[in-house]
Amino acid sequence: MLEIKNLHVRIAEDETEILKGLDLTVKAGEVAAIMGPNGAGKSTLSYVLAGKEDYEVTEGEILFNGENILDMEVDERAASGVFLAFQYPMEIPGVATMNFLKAAMNAQRKARDEAEYTTPEFIKKVKAASADLSIDFNMLKRALNVGFSGGEKKRAEILQMALLEPTLCVLDETDSGLDIDALKIVSDGVNALRDPERAFLVITHYQRLLDHIVPDTVHVLYNGRIIKTGDKSLALHLEENGYADIIAAAA
Amino acid sequence: MQKTQAEEALGMELPTRRVESFHYTDLRTMLREIPDNASGSTGGNYAPLVDTHLLSFNDGKLADDQVLPKGVTLSTDVAKATSSDINDAIVGMNAVTSGDAISLVIEGNATMEKPLGLGHFSSNESRNACYHKVLIKAGSEAQVISRHTSKDGVASLANTVTEIELEKDAVANWFVIQQESISANRLARINVSLAENAKLNLFILNAGGKLVRQEVKVDVAGEGAHVDIKGVNLIGDDAHIDVTTVLDHNVPNTTANELFRNVVAGNGHGVFQGQIKVAQIAQKTDAQMACNTLLLTDDGDFSAKPELEIFADDVLCAHGATVTDIDDDHLFYLRARGIKEKTARGLLIKAFVDEVVEEIGVSEELEEAFIGIIDSWLDKNA
Repeated sequence: MLEIKNLHVRIAEDETEILKGLDLTVKAGEVAAIMGPNGAGKSTLSYVLAGKEDYEVTEGEILFNGENILDMEVDERAASGVFLAFQYPMEIPGVATMNFLKAAMNAQRKARDEAEYTTPEFIKKVKAASADLSIDFNMLKRALNVGFSGGEKKRAEILQMALLEPTLCVLDETDSGLDIDALKIVSDGVNALRDPERAFLVITHYQRLLDHIVPDTVHVLYNGRIIKTGDKSLALHLEENGYADIIAAAA
Repeated sequence: MQKTQAEEALGMELPTRRVESFHYTDLRTMLREIPDNASGSTGGNYAPLVDTHLLSFNDGKLADDQVLPKGVTLSTDVAKATSSDINDAIVGMNAVTSGDAISLVIEGNATMEKPLGLGHFSSNESRNACYHKVLIKAGSEAQVISRHTSKDGVASLANTVTEIELEKDAVANWFVIQQESISANRLARINVSLAENAKLNLFILNAGGKLVRQEVKVDVAGEGAHVDIKGVNLIGDDAHIDVTTVLDHNVPNTTANELFRNVVAGNGHGVFQGQIKVAQIAQKTDAQMACNTLLLTDDGDFSAKPELEIFADDVLCAHGATVTDIDDDHLFYLRARGIKEKTARGLLIKAFVDEVVEEIGVSEELEEAFIGIIDSWLDKNA
């Protein structure tokens, strides 16, 4: 489903190279965890997948269902099924969450030549999905993420994911800033979306999240490249021993 | 300095940028030539935005079909105000330009169900000047929509001077809706005086015009009085839109809140001058002012000049002015959810100005009407 080949990426502004020949394959239905120390390039990878313009791809390609998404605009990638759950969701004053959700859902449906949701259909969907995530429906009448707590913001991200039904979900440190109860709610929300047709890229610092969202594969990202790939036991190994031995072995 | 055609026609000197209050709007240079006095409409009349008790002024002339509610008294036996102070040039021009003067006395809540409309329309390339003197009696509340329009493409020059006196405990909900043609010029002054516990809620929407200057001077003269001014300036094409406000706090314990949101597109030039003066005896004044601008183009600009002049020592006064482009991170967030760039930009610009309209707290009908004006401007310009 996702095939990243020899990806080199630098920050557009100062040309610092962050990703230095990253290779990664994620199959449909797979949950792939990306772990790595600070500064390894984890967030850069998530932003490049979504299409943030602050980064420049100098080499390599990202194939999503066989198509090179580097040729696609940010909104086209989203409509084709790529979803990034942000580490720090933006607060957008003045844009009511409900209006935003409707605009996003219908924009994607339109891009895929599907009929737009009517207001009753839309409200029904949002009510059901927000109940699953223990989100107070009244919160969605407020401006997007404005005044939401850290946990509410992350739940709102998962709500968007549930409503937009992407096929590739990139979770950028979704566990950061969550207490144990919120972590459980968010993880349950993610697990409910696991599907043979849907892949997940779960970026995290901590094994803790992977107790809840159990990965099929674990990849260690260090200095812009994947230096080791394994199954869920690799995450446990990292939790106990840190990155040092794996980094040393790869050097 | 040789007189310009405009100065000859008006018989008065016009302010240049050397007059401080006209520093960003050099009236003499921008209005070197002005059209003749209006001599009646040449087609077209004022078309209202919403249902009001309407007084319409076509090319400065009051139409005689008005039906006013009980509690509102109209008089046409009124002399215009005048001034020879160069800072009051708009008042001076009003006095020497043809156009009707009226006075209104408002008692009770006569205009709360259905607002009073002061509708202005210019039909041709001429100049007209209306003068409105409004007294809101003690404990009364008035809702007034003063709207300014012109025929598409005409280079009219309209001038409106409005004097509003609020007696004790009176409330004015006053809306200035400016939708002149992009070829039309408009100069306006609103003077307000507030007695004890009176409240002024003023909303200004500028969504048209070529050269527009809206001055607001408020004399906060009664303890417990409150001034709320909110505004949206939509500045596109070659428009030059200037809003200049002066709040004079002359007694203790008064409050003021001023918020403007501006959008600059095309070759638009925007100006906001906000002065807050607090006299030495005006202790416990609480006055806040903010002016935020979205600059969507490299060809436009916005000048903001907040000014605090405070002689009392126990006051809360603050001002802030920002000029920004659309936040790239906001845009990215919306686009990452599949919303097309143009739509996403539109959502963000609209949110920026709609917030102000939502805060003024008006009827759903008025809010929709104001947002409708903003939407159609944004469709064309942003």
